[in-house]
Amino acid sequence: MAVIKIQDLAKTYRVYQKREGLAASVRGLFRRQHRMVEAVRGISLTVDEGQFVAFLGPNGAGKTTTLKMLSGVVNPTSGTAEVMGYVPWERQHAYRRRFALVMGQKNQLWWDLPAVESFRLHQQIYGIEPTAFARTQGELVELLDIGSLIHQPVRELSLGERMKMELVTALLHRPKVLFLDEPTIGLDVVAQHSIRAFLKDYQTKQRVTVLLTSHYMKDVLALCERVVVIAKGQIMYDGSLAGITGKFGGHKIVTFKFSDKAHADVASRGEVLSCEGPRLRLRIDRAAVTGVLGDVLAAYDVEDVSVEDPPLEEVIAEVFASAPNAGGPAESDPAPVEAVER
Amino acid sequence: MAIGSRVVQWWTILRISLEERLVYRADFALGTLMRFMPIITQILLIRAVFESSGRERIAGFTNNDVVAYYLMVLISRAFSSMPTLASGIAMEIREGDVKRYLVQPVDMIGFLLLKRIAWKLIYYTVALGPFALVFYLCRGFFPGWPDAVTMTAYVTSLLLAFLIGFFLEALIGMIGFWFLEVSSLLFIYMLLNFILSGHMFPLDFLQQFPIVQTLFTSLPFQYLAYFPAAVFLGKISGPDLVYGLIIQASWAVAFFVACRLAYALGVRHYSGYGG
Repeated sequence: MAVIKIQDLAKTYRVYQKREGLAASVRGLFRRQHRMVEAVRGISLTVDEGQFVAFLGPNGAGKTTTLKMLSGVVNPTSGTAEVMGYVPWERQHAYRRRFALVMGQKNQLWWDLPAVESFRLHQQIYGIEPTAFARTQGELVELLDIGSLIHQPVRELSLGERMKMELVTALLHRPKVLFLDEPTIGLDVVAQHSIRAFLKDYQTKQRVTVLLTSHYMKDVLALCERVVVIAKGQIMYDGSLAGITGKFGGHKIVTFKFSDKAHADVASRGEVLSCEGPRLRLRIDRAAVTGVLGDVLAAYDVEDVSVEDPPLEEVIAEVFASAPNAGGPAESDPAPVEAVER
Repeated sequence: MAIGSRVVQWWTILRISLEERLVYRADFALGTLMRFMPIITQILLIRAVFESSGRERIAGFTNNDVVAYYLMVLISRAFSSMPTLASGIAMEIREGDVKRYLVQPVDMIGFLLLKRIAWKLIYYTVALGPFALVFYLCRGFFPGWPDAVTMTAYVTSLLLAFLIGFFLEALIGMIGFWFLEVSSLLFIYMLLNFILSGHMFPLDFLQQFPIVQTLFTSLPFQYLAYFPAAVFLGKISGPDLVYGLIIQASWAVAFFVACRLAYALGVRHYSGYGG
């Protein structure tokens, strides 16, 4: 059953253009130039109940703007969206009680007070029954192993510990839909791993529908069964993580280990990635791989050979780069769609 | 939500705001007590003005009346001034912290109102001792305690001054949805407030300038300082008092509506800055 339905959703911001220098600043007092930035350009998407979906894209691709629209923080310019039957930007309390938004760079905890006070306030704001509250808080605190920290002022916690508290706060009312905007940003590897493991476990048990944005591929690999690649405000790919390589990875990485030395004519069959002693690593067009392998194995004494897909980050970077500019620029593109002066 | 649950929710917000306010106790106590320092210089200044003018009364006010008025204005201001409210709202908008009110089932204005009530309660608790001492030492400046009706009207006018002050400053903060930075606007407001509210001098001093006096008394500012003080001192009574309270209540309602409207429009305009 579809929990999130998005149809032609678009958001355009009007952004002030400040030119360099004092003279431009003075001119700006009387006459300002704006441009329209298409942060999201008519995306359509459906997410079923219990899916863990990653939103991948470069900075300014429109991922966070999409999450902001789905959580009712900003109104769209056009298009429709429904989450659990609610229109997010109508901001009904009934909807707010059923979802949560966690932003890695923002927190909703009371800085000077222990997190347990924020939990208590959350209980009252969301109208959580005392027994359900105590049970959920106990479960989450145990899962995240933060029992000794919840009575400590938030300002004295590390970044990773604060993110764990954020997650507890966000999950206390047992949301059915969870929007996670870079939940592991800035965390060390240990904290990243711990948050990831928690999210995986929690989502599996609770069957919560999750939309995650992250720049860390490890988050995506560990958590998401479905990936939506968004670049310049448009969806470039929607499917499994493995499918990205199949669709966009136009080449393979082939490594030969010769019995004597690397041979120059073999190196000319592809793009040389490395050449160390008898080991030669080449990037070869997917269509040419079979032919090259046949020729090399027939002509030389090869001790070992391996064929791999290119690293996922590399493929995704290619997808980002291939995003079309037609229809005007998006957030990451400085050229104006329409200059507006005021 | 049932009334009982709502009361518990309000109490929780109030309690946590109280706890938060008590964290930096030394800074808070010092800040509160330092506000009493200018009283001595102000009393000396008022005396100097009367002595240099060579008059016993100015617009019907004796030296003692003006000192009593000044002290009562301090109480009015303790209710109507809202330090960091407007700038805090604008900062939350600019830095994106306002999002929490947009994604949680909580009303931002109601939340901030409860938080402000908590702050004020703490302030009154800490300031009660120094206020009592000052008023005891200055008791000779006052004509005596007002009657029960005047006292009731006075307390009502103080509560209305609190509401006007809150919704007016919150309204200025909401302008941050459009302009992000409101510090200059706030400076202008504070300047106007200082002059027009009767904080500097009793508005009765403007009797010689009827047009200016009409202008001053047509604006809402006088209800933030002058009006409650004048009610306590018996300068406004009878039908004028009833009329004054009605107008004061009307301003409170007007700013409440304007604040809510600005919030509703601001949220529609909001671009979700700050990540």
